[in-house]
Amino acid sequence: MARFIVRRLIASIFLLIVVSAVVFLLFYVFPSADPAQLRAGRQANADQIQAIRESLGLDKSVIAQFWIYIKGVFTPLDLPGTDSHGPLYFGHSYQSNADVKDVIFSDLPATVMLVVGAVIVWMGVAIPTGIISAVRRRSFLDRATMITTLIFISAPVFWLGLVFLYLFADDVGLIPIFPGIGSYGAADTFAGKVGAMILPWLVLGLATAAIYARYLRSQMLDVMEEDYIRTAYAKGLPDKRVIMKHTLRSAITPIVTLLGLDVAVLLAGNAILTETVFNIPGVGAETFNAIKRSDLPMIQGITLFGAFFIVTLNLVVDIAYAYLDPRVRYD
Amino acid sequence: MSAAEENAAILEVADMRVWYGTRGDPVRAVDGVSFSIGAGETLGLVGESGCGKSTLGRGTLGLLPPMASVSGSVRYDGRELVGMDPKELRDMRGPELGLIFQEPMTRLDPLQTIEKHFRETLRTHEPDLDDDEVRRRSLEALAGMGIPPTRFKQYPHEFSGGMRQRIMIALALVLNPKVLIADEPTTALDVIVEAQILGILADLRRNFDTAVLLITHNLGIVAEACDRVAVMYAGEIVEQGDAREVFAEPAHPYTRELLRATISLETTGLNYIDGAPPSLIDPPPACRFHPRCPNAMAVCAELAPEETTGGGGQRVRCWLNGPEERIPEGGREPLEREEIAAAEEA
Repeated sequence: MARFIVRRLIASIFLLIVVSAVVFLLFYVFPSADPAQLRAGRQANADQIQAIRESLGLDKSVIAQFWIYIKGVFTPLDLPGTDSHGPLYFGHSYQSNADVKDVIFSDLPATVMLVVGAVIVWMGVAIPTGIISAVRRRSFLDRATMITTLIFISAPVFWLGLVFLYLFADDVGLIPIFPGIGSYGAADTFAGKVGAMILPWLVLGLATAAIYARYLRSQMLDVMEEDYIRTAYAKGLPDKRVIMKHTLRSAITPIVTLLGLDVAVLLAGNAILTETVFNIPGVGAETFNAIKRSDLPMIQGITLFGAFFIVTLNLVVDIAYAYLDPRVRYD
Repeated sequence: MSAAEENAAILEVADMRVWYGTRGDPVRAVDGVSFSIGAGETLGLVGESGCGKSTLGRGTLGLLPPMASVSGSVRYDGRELVGMDPKELRDMRGPELGLIFQEPMTRLDPLQTIEKHFRETLRTHEPDLDDDEVRRRSLEALAGMGIPPTRFKQYPHEFSGGMRQRIMIALALVLNPKVLIADEPTTALDVIVEAQILGILADLRRNFDTAVLLITHNLGIVAEACDRVAVMYAGEIVEQGDAREVFAEPAHPYTRELLRATISLETTGLNYIDGAPPSLIDPPPACRFHPRCPNAMAVCAELAPEETTGGGGQRVRCWLNGPEERIPEGGREPLEREEIAAAEEA
């Protein structure tokens, strides 16, 4: 197992270098606004723009820029002309001059809070719903649940967010019970931030729960057809034990994979829609701004963080698998 | 059936029907089957694939999928199982009624060790057992199947198919069921393991007086291991009686053809029965075997045969065996070929 983990970690570093290269390439190959010009503003003359370009290092070749970037992130070398040093130096924003790492770390708490709460909501809703639907297959309850989940899956998250705000936000809602747009940024206590997160948690959590509930249901139905489930009944085990100990245990494994990937992708900025609707200053919102401003270091930094989350959580999922399924061994 | 046999019967199935609901007409997998097994007796149930053998075995224990419906009567030790409270029936599965399935590879939960399988089984039916006792009894049952105690904590995938089947049997036997239904317990295994398992089943009825329903399509196994045999065709039992007598003097053409199709060292050519087993949704009218029967008579396509006693004392449903007075005039004429072809088409 230890060897497997070390091997995977080494592979991950190469993967992250490749991801950086691809982002660099995309940034230069596809048309985007000139960062130096954006930074200089409208009144600047050519000399000023050129000076900015040089100070940002944009006058160097793409290869040289990429090399400097990789050195900063992956090697402990000091970089000439900057006051920040590697390793894990992701550069400064072209537009605000802020250290990319600091920006991401300041955005991360809001996103982590959003994702963790949403995961609790969606797993808490999806697991019981999936089990009940599978066990009471074709019952009224099952059909009602499956139709409801279909609605939640079909509805875009931003629309769902707006509907929830319209219904429940304390400023504009019909039933004003939960804090609405922008309340996260306005809250200065932890309790206040938790309150502000209730609606985003519900929206992101329920939208995802719908997918998980359906997936778990179909997994459960598959496992229920397995021979060893019939063996369990033939042994005279109570239904509850067959369902919880034998069926659910098998059916939950693929859900773990899905969960690992979803959490990684959400932390990497995929919560952008929820964050935008509720005006939560998280990684998703930062991504949006960075793309708008041609801010390559920010885009690079966020992408690398995202890739890092995905790689890490995949590894965690693979390790978890070895515990969930004794047939899986890594040697 | 003799009076003594009837008295000793521990499992009595009468006019049992199992129909599976489908989008169209129901599948009549088991259609009016009656048999009984006495304590310490082994009844072999033979027939082609898809004739309803496994359904019959599972239906006896009430282990059918939700879309199946059962009617008739299954009496175990004087208690009616059909329509019994599910919880009561569940408690009987294991200590009273054991079941061994075919396909040993997939019958054990891949995520649980052998130890957990046994502990779960024993604790469910005897909640007061302490850990030592659970261990002692499990290892004893496994030792009886030749599985060493060193492998107690391993997972199913660490065992071969033959070992898994023996573990399955140990798991069924650890509770000492009075009736054991073995559904093709040796089908997926090689002949050496097959011989071992048949030996184990024989010990079982000698030592514990267990009644065994052995479901198989292998007539050799029946001849070797069974006291009595029931031959099933298209959801019905067409002939049943003492195994030796039925094999020596088969009264039903289907049994005869089945025996002829058996391969042995003396076999010089392959015998097979023309056609395929009929659809159980819309089985042929009257005698279900008549479209494939080499001896079919006019009456066979008209009237369902009645149960009569054959030359070996077996019970048989075939007009060849009478009753003579019930065959209408001209009914003994051979069935015309065109009719056979048409019926086969259907």
